[in-house]
Amino acid sequence: MRYELRFSGVGGQGNMLAGMILAEAAIYFENKHASYVPTYTSQVRGGPTKADIIISDNTILYLEANSIDYFMAIHPRTYDMYKSDSKPGSIIVVDMHMVQVPDEDKKKFKVYELPIVETARNKVGNVITANIVSLGVTAKLANIISPESLFKAIERRVPPKFLDLNEKAFEIGMSLVK
Amino acid sequence: MKRAVVANGNEMVVEGAIDAGCRFFAGYPITPSSEVAEGMARKLPKLGGVFLQMEDEIASIACAIGGSLGGEKTMTASSGPGISLKQEGVGLACIAEIPLVIINAMRGGPSTGLPTRIAQSDIMQARWGTHGDHPAVALCPGSVAECYTETIRAFNIAEELRTPVYVLSDAFLAHLSTKVELPGKEELKIANRLRPTVKPEEYYPYDTRFGDIPPLADYFSGYRFHVTGLNHDKTGFPNIDPVLQESEEERLINKVLKRQEAISTYENYKLEDAQIVVVAYGSNASGAKEAVDAARESGIKVGLFRPITVWPFPSIPFQEVAASAKQIIVTEVNLGQIVYEIERIMLGGRAVTEIRNGNLIFDTRHPRSSAELSTVLQANGTPIRPNQILSQIKEVA
Amino acid sequence: MSVEYENYLRMNKFPHYWCPGCGNGVVLKAFIQAVDELGWKNNDIGMVTGIGCSSRASGYVDFNTMHTIHGRALAVATGIKMSNPSKHVVVFAGDGDASAIGGNHLIHACRRNIDITLIIINNWIYGMTGGQYSPTTPTGTIATTMPYGNADPDFDLASLTIGAGATFVARSSVADPIILKNYIKKALTHKGFSVIDAFSNCHIQWGRKNKFGDPVKLVEHIKSVTVSAAKAKKMSPEELKNLFVTGVLYEDKDKKEYTESYFDMVKRAQSQTKGGR
Ligand SMILES: Cc1ncc(C[n+]2csc(CCOP(=O)(O)OP(=O)(O)O)c2C)c(N)n1
Ligand code: SF4
Ligand SMILES: [Mg+2]
Repeated sequence: MRYELRFSGVGGQGNMLAGMILAEAAIYFENKHASYVPTYTSQVRGGPTKADIIISDNTILYLEANSIDYFMAIHPRTYDMYKSDSKPGSIIVVDMHMVQVPDEDKKKFKVYELPIVETARNKVGNVITANIVSLGVTAKLANIISPESLFKAIERRVPPKFLDLNEKAFEIGMSLVK
Repeated sequence: MKRAVVANGNEMVVEGAIDAGCRFFAGYPITPSSEVAEGMARKLPKLGGVFLQMEDEIASIACAIGGSLGGEKTMTASSGPGISLKQEGVGLACIAEIPLVIINAMRGGPSTGLPTRIAQSDIMQARWGTHGDHPAVALCPGSVAECYTETIRAFNIAEELRTPVYVLSDAFLAHLSTKVELPGKEELKIANRLRPTVKPEEYYPYDTRFGDIPPLADYFSGYRFHVTGLNHDKTGFPNIDPVLQESEEERLINKVLKRQEAISTYENYKLEDAQIVVVAYGSNASGAKEAVDAARESGIKVGLFRPITVWPFPSIPFQEVAASAKQIIVTEVNLGQIVYEIERIMLGGRAVTEIRNGNLIFDTRHPRSSAELSTVLQANGTPIRPNQILSQIKEVA
Repeated sequence: MSVEYENYLRMNKFPHYWCPGCGNGVVLKAFIQAVDELGWKNNDIGMVTGIGCSSRASGYVDFNTMHTIHGRALAVATGIKMSNPSKHVVVFAGDGDASAIGGNHLIHACRRNIDITLIIINNWIYGMTGGQYSPTTPTGTIATTMPYGNADPDFDLASLTIGAGATFVARSSVADPIILKNYIKKALTHKGFSVIDAFSNCHIQWGRKNKFGDPVKLVEHIKSVTVSAAKAKKMSPEELKNLFVTGVLYEDKDKKEYTESYFDMVKRAQSQTKGGR
């Protein structure tokens, strides 16, 4: 089975790292095949970015994501830019304060509108944890990598002194999905 | 023992270079190859090696040439505009026969083009980019793991043949991270240039007494010699004698052609009974494989021919494949480059095995192909999708 | 003490390629005398050149030599030096080679202060290609590509290299071969990037077009446009206006040399357990 995820936003939000963590969780802790392809414009900060992650039980031949099962957008520009590869009926998660999803899209996809950035800023206490909040949401919604594996992959990537903060972000993220 | 890591193409190029024994890098940053420079900048100082960020790409290749003459295995890396700037240096390394590896993470467009997007548009540049008649070796890794193994192979060929070797990756492979299985270090074959054993007064840098690839001494090793970008004789000094220059020019090219059976690697995928042959290389071949698999599921007899070495093109193996094919589909992420080589071969343009006294010596073992040729080309900065290739397969099936 | 030139030259490469009376030979001779006085071993010397009449020098000396491509000698030399930091690396370059096509490499070699000696044979013209103007062609003079008199301002290569960070810069000319030799010797022993701006006569390509077709007359002319630093001190800016000052124009023994800085960094890297994974 091949499952494609896309994380998008603007440079500096940490979407790329979130994607990398997801791929590493699949490879290191679930013994699956995974690939990670970042796309960014020349600008590093502020430019639209996306990270495509493919997770599969078998060898992945074609490494570009073009039939997305799970799309996450926390910036309006990238929602419009990158939603076209989403499969009908697939999951789309947006930051409700950033992205206005048109009604027709709500009919086509399973849309979740969540306060991701606000949660990071106010409930976790640091806006830079928005990407980890996103991973918490993804653990619950995509149901492709177990929360345990995902958290282990987070541990590998974040500095030890921020681990508690990130753990909190991850758990609050999961709890956003009712 | 096999090793498994998660890495992207640029990181694997760095690993490969280091494991091949590269201890000298000179480069200039450019997307999407910069991580090669950054990786070398992290690793080389730790190993006591030299990393230099030069003032431009021209200086980078010149400096790498100097380092190679100084006795090191050297590498430079760039993309698009930077590779264009390096061309004069490529020619110098060719004629002076200086081992060197050049990484080109191919990106889209002429000029600044599409800096972050994939292309395979420098295939012909790798063959003919520098002026004058010259040999060309270019390897095209098809996966992140091959970024590692092909970089090592590039060093081996550069050292063994005393010539610059390109590794052509692309913007997609460069940044694609995935799990890669690498061969165990003990399985690696590492080649080193032949160094002279004669007495210094008997040494000449282009002395064919020891074969068509003469030993190369390191500067300051006691063998004092001269190197020039001018055509020269065995002593390394300028010489314009037409008889000598004909044989020397031919030797330069023949040293590659005569070894093409070993150098020109390729993969045959599901070709045994194939009537339709897809030709794809580099990262584009993974989509082609998926298309082949899908077409096979619907009963179409199709396979993939994947050159891993693009120059010299594996012409003889391709002739064998083409001889029994009914349809050949060339797909590449450009608006037509390798397809011209394919067409030439199909029309009876045989593999050239050697140039002898101005005559091209062709391999005549295989008949010309009567297959029809079609293409799936794209140069818009995005990879070609398996569906595009699949529909072409179905179209001609 | 006389110099055994045969010990340094590839005698079988003579007669040389230069026009009779060309200043290139004078500069090369001064260089060999300097090497001889220093007692350096041929095996330990690398000479790199670009393309031009002056760049043919590398073919005549029995060292580790490379005749590269136009303008890139310093970049190649940087690679040679970095792979063999204990050896002596010298670059001979024409004014065009060093300051036009190779200008970017020149300023960055100066900036790095890498221990290489650059000897610029500054004959104010593109000699090899037949007399086109170079960045040092005096304004107003004739060149094949400036047939109505050079409209371009000319470069003072000493000021340029001092400004760019070279730590030893001297100017002399083929009119003063002994002084030239002494400056070259100083440059060779200087630890850091050293530059000799050696004014030289190309009576064929610059001279003939500018009424100095005779080498002796051109050398006299070079003398007349240069003035020693000692004399210059006593002159007013007005008097110095169209003159080039000769002498050791700059020397800095404190700025760290590049191979040293680089290999210090290597030591730092090797002592760190973290980073550079
Ligand atoms: C890339 C390139 N451009 C142009 C040339 C042609 N060229 C050869 S030598 C030269 C100028 C040489 O002038 P200079 O450096 O002053 O040396 P000189 O001959 O005066 O000693 C030129 C333009 C070349 N060889 N390569
Ligand atoms: S053309 Fe000028 S620089 Fe060249 S050899 Fe003749 S005199 Fe010397
Ligand atoms: Mg000149």
